[in-house]
Amino acid sequence: MATLLSNASQFAPAAVRLGTTCCAFSTTSKLLEVRLLSRMRIVDNSAIGRAAAEIGKPPRVIHVYNKKQVGHLGDKVLVTVKGEMRRAYIVGLKQKQRPNVPRTDTNNIVLVDDNGNPLGNRVLVPIPSALRANKKGDLTKVLSLATKFV
Amino acid sequence: MATSLGLNALRLSLSVLRPSSCAVVPCQLTVAHKSHNATHVINYRRTRAEMAKAIRRKQNFLHFELVDKHRHSPLQTGTENISQETEVTAPRNYRYVMPEFMPRPDWERRDRVLEKLERRDMMRRRAIMNIPEFYVGSIMAVTVADAYAPSKKNRFVGICIDRGEYGLKAYFVLRNVVDGLGVEVMYEMYNPKVLSIEVLKLEKRLDDQLYYLRDALPEYSTFSFDMEPVQLPKGADVPLNTTKVKLKPTKEWECRWEAHDLQGVQPFEVNEKRMRRKEKSAEPWKKHDLMLDYRSRVPEEEEEQVMAEVFREKQVIDSQRKSMRTVLKKRK
Repeated sequence: MATLLSNASQFAPAAVRLGTTCCAFSTTSKLLEVRLLSRMRIVDNSAIGRAAAEIGKPPRVIHVYNKKQVGHLGDKVLVTVKGEMRRAYIVGLKQKQRPNVPRTDTNNIVLVDDNGNPLGNRVLVPIPSALRANKKGDLTKVLSLATKFV
Repeated sequence: MATSLGLNALRLSLSVLRPSSCAVVPCQLTVAHKSHNATHVINYRRTRAEMAKAIRRKQNFLHFELVDKHRHSPLQTGTENISQETEVTAPRNYRYVMPEFMPRPDWERRDRVLEKLERRDMMRRRAIMNIPEFYVGSIMAVTVADAYAPSKKNRFVGICIDRGEYGLKAYFVLRNVVDGLGVEVMYEMYNPKVLSIEVLKLEKRLDDQLYYLRDALPEYSTFSFDMEPVQLPKGADVPLNTTKVKLKPTKEWECRWEAHDLQGVQPFEVNEKRMRRKEKSAEPWKKHDLMLDYRSRVPEEEEEQVMAEVFREKQVIDSQRKSMRTVLKKRK
């Protein structure tokens, strides 16, 4: 793993800090759905997210705030990070997406507090532009932190 | 009506009866009598006027020449010698240049009318937007309409890792690593939201699909968004990029790549268990299966016919575009 990170460092400085994958081995099912206990990757610069990446414990989904219990782009989830319950928004999925909507190599989330304010102040990876079409207005605070849209 | 037709048939059959076939008369008569009750009697002996009426082209009728060119059965009279209007033949490798125009090889689900209509629509789209020649492994830039972006457009650059489907649903997948995050976008070529498709570097790779780039080191799928297009000399062949990528040292890939016979990957080792599994799941007889090969392809004659049609229409579009360009230049 160390050699991999040193190789990747010149191309992906952000990835090194966050860890390239959510977990050392994949335990997700074939459909790559975000369900209960699926492991995610925090892509903002919040202190708790960074601490979780450093000890190598990815946050796990313990609830999806929709009826189907399967998380899609822009959905709110409840995760456990370092023994704490935090709310987060899904901003990138491994799963196959619609045409023109990007699919990312990791399942990405951005942490928010109970009022919907993001814990960090910057999102370090590109965010799908399709999220801007979300008319509910919950995501606007998260999207305002984004540095890049794809 | 039925009775009159039946009588007519009887009269005609009687009028053409030759002395040698006199023995048939009672039989014919019985048939004619029976047909009084039948609802439908086929009149094989039509008058000239009736024939002319039947042959006349109808407004709401797709003539069989358009639809049934594929039926070259000797049993079907009148379909063997159909004049083919294909003086222009496409180059031999044209099916690889525009694979989405090929008919679907699955003959059970084919619909020839739909294929023809789809091809027409695709050509209409190509007359408006230029879709260049590209292959898996080419580096491309795609601009799509994005209502929520400030500039109303969204541009993405990446390497084409896959292309597929036939007809209007044809798609390709671009991959790039942005800020250390691997991003893949699938675009439908004939989606009206796609505003432009550019090829920045035209080349091929050793494999048909490059999904293994997900498990390769990120440097192999990192491309700059402000990359300049690389021009090829005129008439040059499409170059083959023989890069062999290095997979990540962790063996927890998303696919068991050792079982896929990849050409564009540096040799790697996996443990004994996975090797055993590979041998167990191998299907070495498949490459000798002639029927499988036959079923996975469209017959050559049909391919030539379709590709000639596509080639002809493409030439018309290209010449129109050229003349438009010269007109615009003159105006300047």
